Amino acid sequence: MTITPRRQFLKALGAAGLAAGPLAGCAVSPARSGPRVVIVGGGYGGATCAKYLDLWSNGKLDITLVEADAAFVSCPLSNLVIGGSKQLSDITVSYDALVKRGIKVRYDTAQAVDPIRQTVRISNQLDLPYDRLVLSPGIEILFDQVQGLGSPEAQAKILHAWKAGPQTVALRRQLEAMPDGGVFAISIPKAPYRCPPGPYERACQAAWYFKRAKPRSKVLILDGNEDVVSKKGLFMKAWNEDYKGIVEYRPNYVLTSVDAATMTAKFDIADNVKADVLNVIPPQRAGAIAAQAGVITANNRWCEVDFLSFESIKVPKIHVLGDSIQIAPLMPKSGHMANQHGKVAAAAILNAFAGMPPNPTPVINNTCYSFITDRDVVHVDSVHVYDKEKKTFQTVQGSGGLSPGPTALEGEYAFAWAKNIWSDMLA
Amino acid sequence: MNSQRLAVAVLLALVAIPSAAQTTDPNLARDIAAGCANCHGTNGVSAGGMPTLAGQPKADLVKKMQDFKAGRTPATIMPQLAKGYSDEQIDLVAGWFAAQKP
Repeated sequence: MTITPRRQFLKALGAAGLAAGPLAGCAVSPARSGPRVVIVGGGYGGATCAKYLDLWSNGKLDITLVEADAAFVSCPLSNLVIGGSKQLSDITVSYDALVKRGIKVRYDTAQAVDPIRQTVRISNQLDLPYDRLVLSPGIEILFDQVQGLGSPEAQAKILHAWKAGPQTVALRRQLEAMPDGGVFAISIPKAPYRCPPGPYERACQAAWYFKRAKPRSKVLILDGNEDVVSKKGLFMKAWNEDYKGIVEYRPNYVLTSVDAATMTAKFDIADNVKADVLNVIPPQRAGAIAAQAGVITANNRWCEVDFLSFESIKVPKIHVLGDSIQIAPLMPKSGHMANQHGKVAAAAILNAFAGMPPNPTPVINNTCYSFITDRDVVHVDSVHVYDKEKKTFQTVQGSGGLSPGPTALEGEYAFAWAKNIWSDMLA
Repeated sequence: MNSQRLAVAVLLALVAIPSAAQTTDPNLARDIAAGCANCHGTNGVSAGGMPTLAGQPKADLVKKMQDFKAGRTPATIMPQLAKGYSDEQIDLVAGWFAAQKP
């Protein structure tokens, strides 16, 4: 051990004290001797946290972002690639601007966290030391929860496309190859899962494509839940009107197994379903590194955090963001929400380095657009404030709501949302 | 090791004394405003397709938010979101954006 905890603490206090000092604009490229933050995962949560730590410390912190992929690919809007109105390149953004800021981006995979030594091991056996660690690893797909989906062969045939990237394009190819009159079935796991309205939006996008290109085809929604989980009235209206005769919604379809050879899905009670294209979104839990780091504390699936700082309730100095957390009431697992987590955590980490408690009154919001067609869009939104008695976020009574119906104006707003949030996290 | 732990504990105790009495974070306006940046751009400077909030007169921003909140300006999401913010929060955020470079 070369640096004692006490020295780290004093060093951190000193660095934070300098952050707003008169020297901030003078140095050309100051060596970053400030406290070290390692962030695992460059999605909506992690990239935002990295950028805001840099922004709000005036470039004083030593920030490393560990990300497996060479570029960010957005899950929001990825259903448009499946519908065919957008390409993967339209939803891909590089990490270059974060690198230019002085954030060290390592295109690598975090293998293990040592919370005692405060290091993260990455794949070339290198240990990255941290004063604070941020885990924003997204979700791990639990293939083992669906019998028959364990093999690479089955997974190559029955796609989830629940992480935007190669699977998104592959699912699009499957829909293109499907004959007119074919059946596209989407299996939805029991909530909570990443992006509550996402599967229903996907059904709309597939139906939008079928209506034009292969109108005799069907979209079957096989929902593991008792009812539509998000934007119910708006989606049901689209399925009963625009997509009447194409989309069929079936609740209480709890998937137990699949047969990749015959493309058959089997359920706990409901009858088997055979499809031409079978899209199974399996149950999920916090990304694998969260399990390794020991911060999964709820139902062996999600990470409970102190909502003032997003620090794990179990392991000190490890903050968890985004889809990996055990959510507050009515808080969706969304990209927008992960971005907000990233900012609350960044503020709390900077306060901690300055010896201050986190902001006791955080307020965050969610805005979520769903595409009914290639341009007509609906939204749901909410505002969440910290409740100090209940120690969680609660929605503000009377706030938030839904669209009255899909409009092209909201379509424009949805694209503007994407442009701005990608810039907010990656520019 | 024990003495190091003690040193940290003493330091933590020292910073915890002012914190116990603290109810407002010094960066509260910045932190609330950060929640608007998803759609309106970092520091309220829009990347396109949304209004820039940075550098707008504070009184204008307060009026716009209060009009949304009271339902006087019909719109898609802003009337719903504005209802989630207190008058004090709106005042703080408007002041913060007014002071940012557009």
